[in-house]
This record gives sequence, C-alpha cells and structure tokens, in this order.
Amino acid sequence: MATAHADAVLELRDVSKSFGQVAALRSGSIRVTPRSIHALVGENGAGKSTLVKIVAGVHRRDGGEMLLEGESVDFHSTAESKARGIAVIYQEPTLFPDLSVTENIFMGRQPLTTGRRIDRSAMYDEAQALFDRLGVHIDPRRPAEGLSIADQQIIEIAKAISLDAKVLIMDEPTAALSGVEVERLFTVARSLRDEGRGLVFISHRFDEVFALCDQITVMRDGQYIDTLTTADTDVDQIVSLMVGREVGDLFPKTAAELGEPVLQVRDLTMTGVFHDISFEVRAGEIVGLAGLVGAGRSEIARAIFGVDRYESGVVTMDGIAIPGHDPRSAIRSGMAFIPEDRRKQGLVTQASVAHNVSAAVRSRLSRWGFLTSGAESRAAGPWAGRLEVKTGALDMDAATMSGGNQQKVVIAKWLATDPRLLIIDEPTRGIDVGTKAEVHRLLSQLAGEGMAILMISSELPEVLGMADRVLVVCEGRLTADIPRAEATPENVMRAATRTTEGVR
Amino acid sequence: MTTTTQRPTDPARTYAEHAAPLWQRLVLTRETAIIALLVAVVLYAMVNVRNFDGPLTLTYLLLDITPILLIALPMTMVIVTGEIDLSVASVVGLSTVLVGILHAGGLSIPVAAVLALLAGAACGALNGFLVAYVGLPSLAVTIGTLALYRGLAVGLLGTKAITEFPDRWTDLATAKIGDTGIPLVMVLVAILAIAFGLLLHFTSFGRGVFDIGLNSEAARFTGVDVARTKLILFTLSGVVSALAGIYYVLRFGSARGDNATGLELQVIAAVLLGGVSIFGGRGRLHGVVAGVLLIGVVGSALRLEGITVNVINIIIGLLLVASVMSPSVLAWISDRTARRNPRASRPTDAPLGVGQKEGRNS
Repeated sequence: MATAHADAVLELRDVSKSFGQVAALRSGSIRVTPRSIHALVGENGAGKSTLVKIVAGVHRRDGGEMLLEGESVDFHSTAESKARGIAVIYQEPTLFPDLSVTENIFMGRQPLTTGRRIDRSAMYDEAQALFDRLGVHIDPRRPAEGLSIADQQIIEIAKAISLDAKVLIMDEPTAALSGVEVERLFTVARSLRDEGRGLVFISHRFDEVFALCDQITVMRDGQYIDTLTTADTDVDQIVSLMVGREVGDLFPKTAAELGEPVLQVRDLTMTGVFHDISFEVRAGEIVGLAGLVGAGRSEIARAIFGVDRYESGVVTMDGIAIPGHDPRSAIRSGMAFIPEDRRKQGLVTQASVAHNVSAAVRSRLSRWGFLTSGAESRAAGPWAGRLEVKTGALDMDAATMSGGNQQKVVIAKWLATDPRLLIIDEPTRGIDVGTKAEVHRLLSQLAGEGMAILMISSELPEVLGMADRVLVVCEGRLTADIPRAEATPENVMRAATRTTEGVR
Repeated sequence: MTTTTQRPTDPARTYAEHAAPLWQRLVLTRETAIIALLVAVVLYAMVNVRNFDGPLTLTYLLLDITPILLIALPMTMVIVTGEIDLSVASVVGLSTVLVGILHAGGLSIPVAAVLALLAGAACGALNGFLVAYVGLPSLAVTIGTLALYRGLAVGLLGTKAITEFPDRWTDLATAKIGDTGIPLVMVLVAILAIAFGLLLHFTSFGRGVFDIGLNSEAARFTGVDVARTKLILFTLSGVVSALAGIYYVLRFGSARGDNATGLELQVIAAVLLGGVSIFGGRGRLHGVVAGVLLIGVVGSALRLEGITVNVINIIIGLLLVASVMSPSVLAWISDRTARRNPRASRPTDAPLGVGQKEGRNS
C-alpha cells in the first residue's frame, strides 16, 4: 500500500460530511492517479457532488483523510484548493459575460507590464497559445456573452491549465452538450491525461464513461462501493453496483391501443425559432421529439403550452382550438407540461411538497373560494404516494430533495390535474437510474390508460425505447416522422443533422 | 372537498401532514417573536412609563397608526410578490387633496370619497400596468409615480390647505366604540385586515402571490397569471392608499398637497419588521399587523417619556435593522456552534426513507 500512495495525485479515504441531521457523505473514498481519467458514478443522492465540493474547498469534511500528492490537506476555501492545483469544471460554468474570453481566463492574475498596467497583448497571446494547445478555435478577444456552454467549459479548462492544475474534476460536463461538442471535450480530456494530469469525470451517461475513462469508482448512499478498471467491467455490473440490485429493462414501453387524436398542431411558426410545425398525438400514444440540443424542441413544446408566443399556426386539443400564449387555457383544455428545468420552472423549491403537488389544481380545491393547507395536503398526499416521493412530511420544502425526487413532485403535480395530454421535456435528465426506470414505467402505464404523451429527450435510447413514433427536429423544422418499428439510432441521427430536406 | 379532483387508486405510501408538532409550528416563527416582543414592550411600558396605561394613550396610538395599518395590508402582498410600491404616500396626499377640492366644489363627502377611491385605483393601476405588462422594475416605476402623484396633489391645491369639513364626518373619524377608547375606525381596519388575511393565506390567488415571489417563472408554468396578479395588487394598493387619504383628511380636517409625506417608508419599515422578506415569497399578515403595532407602541411610549421624535426615529430604525438582520445572525450562530461541536450533528446510520430528509446531494 505504501508504494501505491506515492503515485496517487489525489486520494480521499472515508471522508464524511453531514448537514444538520442529514448525512450527505458517510464514507467517500477515491484514488486518482496521474495520467488517467477516473469516472465517479452513482445515483443522485449518492454523495458525488458533496465529495467534489469537499475537494474544491466549498465544504469542509467532518472526518476522514484527504491526501494531495501524499500530503494531508484541508481546504478552508475554494481559493486554497485552486492554489494547490485542483480545478473543478461545473455543468454550467460561471463566467463574467461582459468580459472577454481572455479576461475571464486571467481573472485576478493578469500579467502586468512595468508601471503595473495590464499587459493585454501578452494576455491575448497566452490565451491563444492555450487554445492552440487544446486544439479549439475560440477568439480570445470576444466577450464571453453568447458562448455556448461547451465553449464556456473549454474556457474553464483553459483557465485550469494556465493555473497548471494537477487534478481536474468535471461534474456532469456533458449534460448540456451535443454529440460533436462531447467529442471535442473528450479529445481535450485525453490530451490533458496524456500530459500527466489526473482527471475525475462525473456522468450519468454510461456510453461516455466507458468511452473515456480508465477507472470507475461507484458510490451509493454516501458510501464508497468499489473501484473497477473499465476494461474489466460492463454497464450491467456498474448499474447493479450503483443501485445495489439488478435493474430490469430500462425502457419498458408496452404497445398500447391508439385512440383519437388529442393534440393537433398545424403550421406552428415563430420566425427564427421553429417553422411550419405540424403533427398530432393520439390518445395512448407516446410521441418522441428528438433532435440536437438547440434544434428548437423545447421551444415548440413551450409554444404549444402557451408560455411562449408563436406567430402563426393552430393548436387544438380534442378538436377545439386553444388560444396562444395562455397557459391557463392550455391547462383547462387538459394539457400538462413538465418543463426541462425543474428547479427554475417545474416547481417552487422553497415551498412545501403539498403546496407544489397541489399547485395546478388549487382552484378546484377551494370551497366557496377559500383554500386551506389541509385541503392541499389531502389532495397532494395520494399523488405523492402514487409516485413514491421520498419525504418525511408533506410540509417539508422541496429544496432539500434530490433531483429524482423533485421530478416526482413535478410529475405528481401535473398528474393531479388529470390531464389528457402530458408534455414532458427531458423526463429523466439528471436523475438516477432507479428513478429513471420508475419514470419510464409510469409513462408507459399512463399511455396504457389512454393519456397522450409528447416526450422530448436528448437521450436516444430513451426515445427509441419509449416512443411509438419519433419526430425529429432539426434547426426548427420537423425533418422526419419515424414509426417505432423503423426507428434506429442511425436514421434518427441522420434526420437530426439534415438541414435542407423538409420531409415530414 | 376534492370531489372534482380524481384521486389515484391505492397509493403506495402515505405521509404525515407536518414534520413538526403543532406547538413548534406555531411558536418557532418570526411572527410569534414579533408578537412576543410587542407584548413585552406593552407590559414594560404599562409598569414603567407614566400615563401609558391612561385612557387617551390607546386612542391616540390607534388613531395615529391607522393609515400605516391600512396601507401595510396591500403593501404586504405587493412585497410578497417581490415588488414594492413607493408611491403610496403620494396617493394618500392626492386623495386628501381630491376630497378637499371636490367637497369645496359642492360635492358631499361620500361622493368625493368615492371619486378619490377611483382616482387611487387609477394611480395603482398605472403602477401595476407599467410593472406587470410593460415589465419595468417596480422600484423605478413607483419612485417615478411617487413624484408624479405628489406633483399632481401639490399642483391641484398649491400651498393652500382646505380645512372646511362637516363636523359630522370629522367626528366620525375620531369617534370611539362606546366607552372602550378604541376608535371606531378600527372596525374598518379589522374588516380589511381579515379580508386581506383571507385573500393572502386562504385563497388560490394568495398561493399564487407567494409562488410569484418565490419563483415567478415556475408560477407562470403552473398557470398563475403573473401579470394580472400584479396589476390587481398594485390597484388594491392604490385604492387602500386613497382610503387612508380619506381617513387622513377627516381626522386632521385638513387637505394639503404635502399630507403624509414620507409615510411610505414607515409602511415598508413596519411590513419588514413584521417578518415579510423584501426578496418576496415570505411573510404572514398577522406578523405585519404586530409589526405596525410594535412601531406604534414604541413610539408612543418613548413620546410619553419625553424623548424627541428624532431619537424615536433612530430607535425604530435600529429595531428594523436588527429584525432584518436577525435571521442571518441566527443562522451564523447556529453554523458556528455546529462547527465547534461536530459531534452534535453526527450522521445517523438509519436507512433513507420516510421520516428522514433526502437532501444529501443535488
């Protein structure tokens, strides 16, 4: 063991952290060696993010050991962690939008000329050198505003390299990236590994983990479970370690009998966002809306539900046209919309579970215009129960829950409205494997009961597994309508990257 | 109660309705702290301040705070949505001038009052329209209309004052309920307080108000009409301010353009003291009522002690700063003690599930 310690750049042993009564991390361990990419996987709530925040100096550990190059360390602040050579790239980087790319990289440590003036030309040259080394094309002089998330991550990485970070931790960096961007990030990650740095990669996507990483550490319920070499393992083994049980079919969509069209969309257009969108969703049908991130899928869904405007076109529910830009009419007509961003759009995190679950049916719960929290709880309880929301009591805030549980709260809220059509945007983004399977089973069951479902998803296996029909959006236009039997990853991806042919 | 809502069959789990027992939910709140402080100050003043328990103290205390109490009701709702209305005192001033001019022009007091209320509604609706439908920040809009409405008030009447009002009406403004010493106007205040309390805490509309303050985008995605809600609240704020203006002109028998200058700050101070978060989404109306009463009682007791208005303002200002700071200070103290004594918050090894929060990661 003694020799093994010497070559680990970062090692955590039995690190624990709790917030009040809640143990976020019971015993976290990981051993990152230089010249390797180490995956950290686990369900939501497994303690990955807490572990990362301890390494980053955001939280201080309650117990256990943390060694950096064999030396025991204890970070009191993020600055201290950075100074010791640890860089963390978050899912959504926080750059200063009004400053240039270069200024963001050298924030707080700009090179100076004599007379203490900032040496701009040296700064630009160095930034350009960094980008050349990473093999990316970003203009160092442009402002950070308007850069894609992928480019922003590259800038964070460039910053880390300029600080000569020994350990780079990437917390779900690919969640918001398209295929090409993921490839570029992987190329950069591999080149950093070959320079001798240690990388930690956190992701829910197993194909990426297996494509990129050398070792995999699995965590569950705040505890270290096992570390495996990628070459010696497979997805099934990792999944069973993560959930502590065998998971059956991830996408259990059963064939359902299709009824009358519930939602009909005709020639929906919003210039520059989406054009001439026409389709229908029948009772009992799951229609998948696939496409690259930024193709306009969510925008179409938001326009149908009425939170965004559209210029022309008609949306009808059960044959009756509903007015645009009016979510209340949409809800009255039997539409439910589970948005992409749970925390910002799906629920009010600082309000209670009962408040959130009953939010869309409040007016129906009123008696002579008056609403009591007792009525809300009585309405919310059964729905929370059906979805097996994990909470101690109905008056606890949704803020403290894990992503998967919050998603269940949002789903419960909309099922309580007894909808005819459920629009669900990224149903399983950022939620753990166990909950994911539950959500899929639920969607399938709802379709079986005759609900029409429009599902937007960036995960191709999810679309192919769940949808009766796949609609593909590319640059704001529908480019394909593929029935379940004919849908393959190849023809969906081809339609998603095709721009000129306006096939429906 | 839920006849129109379909219930799912056979839920897999049932839940406790509340995490904490009833006494904890009632006692450990900011509102209870303010009420306790109010009671403590009243008891202290009864014993130590000469004449505080005299018959006139209560009467004048309540007469003085009535405008603040009235305007604090809609202001609470406006602040809960995360907005603010700084123009209320100018609407009070404009309303007093309108009542004065219209009455001097030959209209009866009730007719003049109704017209003043309509003008107040129009003032509030303009604020609401600019904030909710044009999308301007309420701070900027109402600073602008603060000057605008005050300018109208002063412009209409110049530097004159109208002081001729029928005794029947001015007496009514200061009349008491029987021999109690409680002004009759408190009946109106009580009715409005209950109405606003019900609206904010026991209706679907009120739930929407809190949702807007906590997360206005999520509220919109849930079908809350954010713009309409804000328009209604600002309009209510205008109407109630005009009502306070009518009371003001009758109580003091004087309509002047500069009536009630600076009142908006006293209202906002009282609302914040009552436990409403300036960031929106948090607050209870009974706390606000206690906050207004606390400011009134402290001011009244200090005046009886012969302390000057400037010193009273300093003390009330410090009280407000302390109350706004107290949640952060308490959080800091509990954080410090937790750090010094890590054993106090040792993790439990119980399995995750019912009865335990799952907030361990995100």
